[in-house]
Amino acid sequence: MIRIDVSKCMHCGACVGTCPVNAMFLNDATLEIYDNCIDCGLCVRVCPVAALTMIKG
Amino acid sequence: MIYMEEFDVVVVGAGPAGSITAKYAAMGGASVLMLEKRQEVGSPVRCGEGIARKWIDEVGIKLDKRWIAHEVKGAKIVSPDGTEFRIDEEYAGSEVGTMIERDIFDKALAEDAVKAGAELRLKSAVRGLLFDDSGKVSGVRVESLEGTYEVKAGAVVGADGFESQVGRWGGIDTTIKPNDITSAIQYRMVDIVPDPDYAEFFLGTTWAPGGYVWIFPKSETSANVGVGILLSNVKEPGDAKKYLDRFIQNRPGLKKGRIIEIVSGGVPVSAPLDETVKDGLLLVGDAARQTNPLTGGGIANGCIAGKIAGETLAAAAKEGDFSRQFLMRYENGWRDRLEEELYRDWMAKEKLVGLDDDTLNKMIHVLSESDIDELSVYRILEEIKKRYPELVKEIEDLL
Repeated sequence: MIRIDVSKCMHCGACVGTCPVNAMFLNDATLEIYDNCIDCGLCVRVCPVAALTMIKG
Repeated sequence: MIYMEEFDVVVVGAGPAGSITAKYAAMGGASVLMLEKRQEVGSPVRCGEGIARKWIDEVGIKLDKRWIAHEVKGAKIVSPDGTEFRIDEEYAGSEVGTMIERDIFDKALAEDAVKAGAELRLKSAVRGLLFDDSGKVSGVRVESLEGTYEVKAGAVVGADGFESQVGRWGGIDTTIKPNDITSAIQYRMVDIVPDPDYAEFFLGTTWAPGGYVWIFPKSETSANVGVGILLSNVKEPGDAKKYLDRFIQNRPGLKKGRIIEIVSGGVPVSAPLDETVKDGLLLVGDAARQTNPLTGGGIANGCIAGKIAGETLAAAAKEGDFSRQFLMRYENGWRDRLEEELYRDWMAKEKLVGLDDDTLNKMIHVLSESDIDELSVYRILEEIKKRYPELVKEIEDLL
């Protein structure tokens, strides 16, 4: 699953627009990740400031 | 049954594309509601803030010194070995000429939309679409300060940017591939020594693999300094920031500067989508992937398509017909105006991102020695072909 480091997140939406399965939503300053995430890791790579990490489990 | 509000048009997102769409729809007599998830239009800024003057008349924007920060003479393209190629702003695409304050610019466009009769609601996030029995999009579900509510619409406009959800909810596939997405970060820097007369673009794998670094001056001593890297070239999370920090450290005029703003974002650099309209739905701007895939600039095309969308929606409201068939007027209109250039620039991008530094050096040497005065893909290819026909062959076949 994907973990958000809220102290790094810029709420820019780069991850949301990249997500291939529509599993993310940016509501103003809150980033939500849904259960249909497939752990592809594209959001982790596109994040310009490394605010997302993939964790096991 | 509880009374439900109804508008001819609901625009999701109050960026430039959304505001221009709302303005032209309202001017043409449609009832328009524009919903913005943020508490403030235009903030936070997510943009390099460069525009050209040549397209703003076309979309009815009046130059306003409230949002003009600085003027440049043109663009300067810098090769990996430091060779410069300059181009006059008149011929340098849709992003070079005037540096703007994007937050004030966006507010001015939203103000125009409101003055034309559109209603604007802030802190109002659209969380889903409504559909009627036939499958036509018939409204939106909103979460806002006032709570959760639904609004009926003849048509919903997805002007919700790179992270657009509206298209996907409505059955338009806006997913783009990693080699068509740019990871970007920018600092607004002060106490620096930019070239105040040029918007600078730095190419090469050292600075920005499959992208470029930009220095867009906002005054004699300040600039937007940023980098965009193709997602398919990102090796480690946070690469974009690492590349930008390294570029700044290697640049004497920048490294003692101070950062007063950080901007990040994703930029679509794809070929045009196959469809941007459905029954009761259309997409505009970055949400429709109308961004220029070579420069990453999205304001010009978003505004140009927005005007066509607004005019189409006004006509649709008069006819009471928001079907896909009617909205094809928008789809055909924006394609006539923008598609050829978008497709050509996407192919040029596909070619450019595969070039090594040696080849980029060769190309920019040729251009810097030539008398070429126009930054169009066609003219550049023509010039390079004279010296390195093999470089041009492959892309020319595509064209």
